[in-house]
Amino acid sequence: MSKTSSGTLYRGREGMWSWVGHRVTGVVIFLFLLVHVLDTALVRVSPGAYDAVIGTYKNPLMAVGELGLVAAIVFHAFNGLRLVLVDFWKSGPKYQRQMLWGVLIVWAVVMIGFAIRHLSLAFGGL
Amino acid sequence: MSSEVPEPASKVDLAPGIGGGGEIPQFDITLRVRRYDPEFSEEATWEDYALTMYGTDRVLDALHKVKWEIDGSLSFRRSCAHGVCGSDAMRINGRNRLACKTLLKDLDTSKPITVEAIKGLPVEKDLIVDMEPFFQSYREIMPFMITKGHEPAAEHYQSPEDRERYDDTTKCILCAACTSSCPVFWTDGQYFGPAAIVNAHRFIFDSRDEGGDMRLEILNDKEGVWRCRTTFNCTEACPRGIQVTKAISEVKQAILARSV
Repeated sequence: MSKTSSGTLYRGREGMWSWVGHRVTGVVIFLFLLVHVLDTALVRVSPGAYDAVIGTYKNPLMAVGELGLVAAIVFHAFNGLRLVLVDFWKSGPKYQRQMLWGVLIVWAVVMIGFAIRHLSLAFGGL
Repeated sequence: MSSEVPEPASKVDLAPGIGGGGEIPQFDITLRVRRYDPEFSEEATWEDYALTMYGTDRVLDALHKVKWEIDGSLSFRRSCAHGVCGSDAMRINGRNRLACKTLLKDLDTSKPITVEAIKGLPVEKDLIVDMEPFFQSYREIMPFMITKGHEPAAEHYQSPEDRERYDDTTKCILCAACTSSCPVFWTDGQYFGPAAIVNAHRFIFDSRDEGGDMRLEILNDKEGVWRCRTTFNCTEACPRGIQVTKAISEVKQAILARSV
């Protein structure tokens, strides 16, 4: 007996892909926090070591990485509010699709603003 | 004794050329079926069938044509063939549908139409899966009316408003299209799944039923309603149009309202 039928990828709609996005960004944020707790904990070991590690973050690659991190956090945050509404607002399930478009619009607005400020600070001073 | 009576002329006047029969458009399709036969191979394979079908045909008709005219070994379930018995849920072009309710003309016939068994349940042969885990969850939520006290002397009264409360979830035909569309169920076969929760909802919100607390306790389990990640795949897959995710949310809220 085969365990499960593999085959084609299930063609879910907005709901399924927003769930995939929520999962992926959630894992990304978790990995960041793991590293973040470790590098911040270094200050207890020695302030010099902390400064050295934080210093290595000041490069263009990390600047782009930070942009990606903020993009993940902003999506996860606003989609999280959408999920709370889906579960607790009476009409939440009915308007879940519209709320996802709302999340993406707010995400885009926030990210445009952040990208301009962040990238000009990161690359403008060079 | 009986005199020959000519057949009366049709009372409906049709324009010439209409209703003459044989007027249904025909088209060619490729049906790509995921075949699996453990007696021959542990590997499932895709098999293509070129068919000429009518505009009124459904995916089930195409499967019948293959089975009856090309390859009799093709296995699938179907019974009523009219969207009521819930036997022929399958993954058509990557989405869970009833083969008997999916018209070929509504699909993209320029590309092969893929047909596979539903996901998350053990495949037995071709499009047939073992439904036992699905029905096991269904039985666990006790899908029958529970009342306390003596056997009633008269029928249970219920107002139309109270009946309306759970009307949506009475429509379930247990086809498993919802449960086998759920990403949580694919990876965690212990999850009760949307169909079991829908059928619990049907009794939890029935004013005559008195087993609501027991059912809510069962669904408050680690593998109960809290596994739901609101992907809405179930709502989209349901051939009866039940608002499945909404029903699950209502059960979640009923559990919270009860425990405070």
